[in-house]
Amino acid sequence: MLNVLAQTAAGEMVEGLKAIGAGLGYGLAAIGPGIGIGTVVGNAISAMARQPESAGMARTTMFLGIAFTEALALIGFVVFILLLP
Amino acid sequence: MSGISTLANDYMQVAPERDIARDLAWRAAWVAPAFVVIGVIGWGVAGAASVAIALMLVVANFLIGAAIITRAVRISLNALYGAVLFGYLIRLGVLAAIAVVLKGSGDWFVAVPFAVTLLVTHLGLLVWETRHISVSLAFPGLAPEPVQQVTPEENHAK
Repeated sequence: MLNVLAQTAAGEMVEGLKAIGAGLGYGLAAIGPGIGIGTVVGNAISAMARQPESAGMARTTMFLGIAFTEALALIGFVVFILLLP
Repeated sequence: MSGISTLANDYMQVAPERDIARDLAWRAAWVAPAFVVIGVIGWGVAGAASVAIALMLVVANFLIGAAIITRAVRISLNALYGAVLFGYLIRLGVLAAIAVVLKGSGDWFVAVPFAVTLLVTHLGLLVWETRHISVSLAFPGLAPEPVQQVTPEENHAK
């Protein structure tokens, strides 16, 4: 293993580590918004179940909430695409 | 729902998120030329292509997200929860796959304008859209067009 690593050019190693870092960063950045979207949708479903006549309002707020929360994941995506070799 | 019409089901037939997503797409079409021009000025034709792809991805993301909610809510609220979360996961995965393919596809793709456009248009369009949203029981989606007040004299002139 060490021999293989030693034979690998330093540049390739850096590129590979960059790719791993980018992927890990994107994955980690997607966890927070995932939890946030779960909270948003859970509460919207709760509201729709309690008051079906306000389902339209709840869905509007839910859609915008999801979209805003997704922006956090997009920040992770931006870092991912900029780091990607 | 097996064809049974209930009051709750009737309330689920409205689709405000679909209207909002279409309105977002319409607004994106308005701002697209400005972004493409900025891409051309900054990075040439490659920049313009990258900006255009980013805009298309943002619009597609909104439309697909809304379509998932509209479809799932007609099945059940549990289906809505699952569809939104799995939809989020799949959309992010597809976005990453597209990014990897684009990055390796050649010199015509520039990452910086692509990334900046993606983030700025996503947030900018959402902030712009919130100014045109009406969260009320009467209008649970897009705000209605303001009614023009007609004075009695104008009405008489008509």
